[in-house]
Amino acid sequence: MTVVTTSRVKMTATPITRVLGVLALAATGLMALLGLVVSPADVVQGEAVRMLYLHVPSIWIAYGAFVLTSVSSVLFLRRSKRRADRGRHYDRLAGSAAEVGVVFAGITLITGMLWGKVTWGTYWQWDARLTTTILLFVTYLGYLALRRLPADPMVRSRRAAVMALISFVNVPIVHYSVDWWRTLHQKASLSVGRRPEITGEMYWTLLYSTVAVTIVAAWLIIHRYRVIRLEELRDEEALEALISSRLTKDDGNN
Amino acid sequence: MLAETLLVARKDLRVEWRAKVALGQVTPLALLILVVFAFALDANTSLLKLGAGGLYWVAVLYGGTLLIQRSFDVETDDGNMDAFRMSAISAPSLFLGKALALFVQIGLLELVLGLGIAFFYEVRIVDWALLLVAATAGTVAFSVCGVLWGVMSAGLRVRATLLPLLLVPVLTPVLLAGSRAFETALGVRADAGWTWASLMFVIAAVHTAIGLGAFGFLLEEG
Repeated sequence: MTVVTTSRVKMTATPITRVLGVLALAATGLMALLGLVVSPADVVQGEAVRMLYLHVPSIWIAYGAFVLTSVSSVLFLRRSKRRADRGRHYDRLAGSAAEVGVVFAGITLITGMLWGKVTWGTYWQWDARLTTTILLFVTYLGYLALRRLPADPMVRSRRAAVMALISFVNVPIVHYSVDWWRTLHQKASLSVGRRPEITGEMYWTLLYSTVAVTIVAAWLIIHRYRVIRLEELRDEEALEALISSRLTKDDGNN
Repeated sequence: MLAETLLVARKDLRVEWRAKVALGQVTPLALLILVVFAFALDANTSLLKLGAGGLYWVAVLYGGTLLIQRSFDVETDDGNMDAFRMSAISAPSLFLGKALALFVQIGLLELVLGLGIAFFYEVRIVDWALLLVAATAGTVAFSVCGVLWGVMSAGLRVRATLLPLLLVPVLTPVLLAGSRAFETALGVRADAGWTWASLMFVIAAVHTAIGLGAFGFLLEEG
């Protein structure tokens, strides 16, 4: 990915992220092979179980990305007054993680709907897990909308940081909704401190898929962070050029 | 802190009393929503009775969003946010004061809408205490969430569309809990109405805590 908008930074890729990109591509290919060919069909769910190898890791990545957004937002709020750079890198990290989180939350919803059509016979059920997930998705869409508003960057970033913290309240609600309410949605397939609901090749494929999707998400977040930085540099350079052209014009008039 | 909170609330209520936007425009509009719901459901009284709780809270959401929007438009149009920043009033007092003023306005809106569903939908109240507690909890939740999200979109050019986008997902659990509690209070379903009312208080408490901590950050500019 090459960007030639500024004189100071020309690329969003470095040798390390190129390696990460190749690794992400290879990991995704192997994930497809394991999920579609090696892993067997489920006795109850049949071939539809293959959807879970993308569905489950996607929501975990979305949760992780939203955790990263919240932590970065706290650090941004703490440092925005004290540091010379005003903690802008934390704001960028929060924004890029939220964007990736929203993409993976969207993938979770789409794969869940497709799985629901095969298994439940309908794309959508007003079940607690589905309803809270779509609310989470819309809340973070609002967060991204707030980040794109035409306003002073620091004001916008500060408001977005507070919103990220409030929005995070939804994450545990989504995750524990299957335990707190009676839902059609099955319990978590993998959960810390609880025996896995699946075993054998399915278990290992799901575990591997989580690792593969994590690599893809990390690659996306890094590149998104750099693109945001490039956009900021472009805006700063455009402003500097505008000011200098104005000064030159004023000198000419005098 | 109490004196500052009351001062801010009195200021907001006085502005509203003089402008009479809530009374003259928002309340009739919210009542009209109740009438439109009746048209949408073909004026089927039994259906309206069944859905009265949910329809009531949707009307509150609509009218409440307008009141919240107005509460901050008044401040930003006249540059009052700068005055707040320069004043000696603390951010938590400002937050609570504005929430208190909104509580009074949304509470009055709910009272009128309550009379509206009693009159138009012919509902029968079987549990007055639950109805009042749920209405109070919902009003508190709407007020504190409103102030928090209202200040977030204050002063921005696209605030008219941004505020509902930010507010509705946050208020949906309040809407759900309020509808369930009202359905129990109106005898439509024998459900855990008090649990739903408690959930509304929990949501209100969480947002109050966040608001008290974060309102200062949101007020600061640049």
